[in-house]
Amino acid sequence: MASQEILRGEPSRGSFINDPRIRSLFFQTLVVILLFSSIWWIVHNVIENLQRLHIASGFGFLKSRAGFDISDTPIAYTSDSTYFRALVVGLLNTIIIAVAGIVLATVVGFLIGIGRLSQNWLIRKICTVYVEIFRNIPPLLVIFFWYSGVLAVLPPPRESIHLPLGSFLNQRGFYLPRAVWGDGSWLIGVALLLAIAMAWFVAHRARQRQRATGQQFPVFWTSVALIIGLPALAYLLSGMPLTFDFPKQSTFNLTGGFWIKPEFLSLLLALSFYTAAFIAEIVRAGIRGVSKGQTEAAAALGLRSGPILRLVVIPQAMRIVIPPLTSQYLNLTKNSSLAIAIGYPDLTATAGTVLNQTGQAVEGVFIMMIAYLVLSLVTSFVMNIVNARMALVER
Amino acid sequence: MQEHDMSWVRTEMALAQPAPPTERGAYAWVRKNLIGSVGDTILTVLGIAIVVWVLPQIINWAFINAVWTGPDRTVCTTASQGGIQPDGWTGACWAFVNAKFGQFMFGTYPIEERWRPILVAVLFVALLVPMLIPRVPRKGLNALLLFVALPIVAFVLLVGGVFGLPHVETPRWGGLLVTLSLSFVGIAVSLPMGIVLALGRRSKMPIIKWLCVVFIETVRGIPLITVLFFASVMLPLFLPEGVSFDKYLRALIGVSLFAAAYMAEVIRGGLQAIPKGQYEGADSLGLGYWQKMGLIVLPQALKLVIPGIVNTFIGMLKDTSLVLIISMFDLLGVVKQNFADPNWATPQTPKSGLIFAAFVFWLLCFGMSRYSMYTERRLDTGYKR
Repeated sequence: MASQEILRGEPSRGSFINDPRIRSLFFQTLVVILLFSSIWWIVHNVIENLQRLHIASGFGFLKSRAGFDISDTPIAYTSDSTYFRALVVGLLNTIIIAVAGIVLATVVGFLIGIGRLSQNWLIRKICTVYVEIFRNIPPLLVIFFWYSGVLAVLPPPRESIHLPLGSFLNQRGFYLPRAVWGDGSWLIGVALLLAIAMAWFVAHRARQRQRATGQQFPVFWTSVALIIGLPALAYLLSGMPLTFDFPKQSTFNLTGGFWIKPEFLSLLLALSFYTAAFIAEIVRAGIRGVSKGQTEAAAALGLRSGPILRLVVIPQAMRIVIPPLTSQYLNLTKNSSLAIAIGYPDLTATAGTVLNQTGQAVEGVFIMMIAYLVLSLVTSFVMNIVNARMALVER
Repeated sequence: MQEHDMSWVRTEMALAQPAPPTERGAYAWVRKNLIGSVGDTILTVLGIAIVVWVLPQIINWAFINAVWTGPDRTVCTTASQGGIQPDGWTGACWAFVNAKFGQFMFGTYPIEERWRPILVAVLFVALLVPMLIPRVPRKGLNALLLFVALPIVAFVLLVGGVFGLPHVETPRWGGLLVTLSLSFVGIAVSLPMGIVLALGRRSKMPIIKWLCVVFIETVRGIPLITVLFFASVMLPLFLPEGVSFDKYLRALIGVSLFAAAYMAEVIRGGLQAIPKGQYEGADSLGLGYWQKMGLIVLPQALKLVIPGIVNTFIGMLKDTSLVLIISMFDLLGVVKQNFADPNWATPQTPKSGLIFAAFVFWLLCFGMSRYSMYTERRLDTGYKR
């Protein structure tokens, strides 16, 4: 105790200039003064400039009439709607393209990543070529390639390319059959939810039983049967309310069906193919990061190659994969702002139009920043939950 | 009782036998790599099908059917579109790239002044190549010339207005010139800025630390386009009346700020990987903060994160293509702008132009990533497991 008392006393210093605490205080005060004076200067300039240009500040403009049309509107919108609604439409479009892109990029990326580790030389080479090409080309160029290089030179609607399942492809986009939900189709939805709940319950009980008795239960096939069977049963019972509206060819255009515009299609393909190349590398690194001893130990325990992959390799690989995968998802969401280059009305494009019309640059850029920050935070939050579930439980 | 000793020790090594014929040569390779199992065989057939279906089409389009030279669109269009090619023809229109090559490289830089960017490019290559080859001596002088002298010379040469060189405004710059100059200056600015931000984020002074955290996380959370919007519409508002920035400079500020935030995170990773003993060792030698960082920590940390730094450079080179959204014309922008030229508007033009641009970007990025892999192997001093 006594020695600590002695140590607590400050050793004498030559000069207070050399005291790290005083120095740090001095530098921080300096930075704060500089920061606040430059902020004051900027705000002063902004106010002066805005007054000179006769631009009102504040968010009042959000309530006025937008006066421009948006080509893809997930919610009701006309040019008479407010600016606020226009921005919401843009945000929804960003979310739609981000979610669709993330799903497609993950599927393609995992396939390519596993392909790069395949025993098969040819598949390995094809996947390597894919990754090396797409990783080293700007995403914007890929978007243009799909948009003006591939989709714009497809045949006109009259000579549409017929694809299986009654879908068509032409220079105006991709036409799919649209599902028409008749009366009583809510029953199908309810049945699907019920099936998912039951599948979860079965899996839970099966795990409990295996822990207690060691007996296994075919959880996967039961779940598949439930999730397909129950909605099918509901479909039959409610009198087959689900019909399909097939696109039909008329003189100049295709009518009916579900129409995917070329802007959306090229953006989706470009973003997901580009991001897939990065995801493939992450997946490859993750699987290779699991040491070979793990596989060999599992084989020594008598597991076959399927269970080795499912129970030993993949859970450990996911721990390595998920954090960089999250940042790829964030990148994809941010890259979806490239939509503005081909006129898909995402958040950046609509906010850009609003900004140009009203001249309220400060508010417009501010809204954009906040919206993307929130999107990024939400994505990170969801992926952190997934990561926490996957992480090694250390005792 | 004495029996023969049955033990026997071999005194000569047995001669090595060649591997059995099923385990060597081309057949074994094919068996192991292509038809190892039923699933493998199916995959191989699938792969061959893809290659056989895709490759001839690409070769046909890009080489055999391609048009290499020509005065205007007629050489790249079929008879029904008003050209000279037979109906049903598809092929690359390299004639378009050929005719527009000067624009793709320099934009609308005056033709009689184009020797200036070419001279800058020659100087750049002459300084860069010895920098990249490890055996060439005098790296310090070389770096000084490349990162300090060259930018000044390049600025004087490209902008002009002094020494009798006519002034060339930046709106006339374009093509690869803009792509490369933006990314080179961006790299030169973002690396030191990233180092400062990373050090700030690890600083013990709370205010400085939080300022750096807020800056880094905000910039990393928003798309580059938003940063460019910020630079192009908000920076003019920030300045007093009468003072205005060049659009090129604004894009440069946007790109550099954006890359600096990513660079900071990469460098922070390197700083965290340096064992605490190195910091303490430097302290015990009596080094000050900047000496400690500059002489002990940063050289090791930067060496560790070379791949990450190069990846950020590659990302930056790719991202410069986004300046076309604030209507500046980099390589991609010029290529796209030329699709609208009625002299060359054919169905094949966009594809050919974009593939040419993609090839240029690909060469630059692929070259950088290969060089970083080489450096990584060379500098591997055993920190990595």
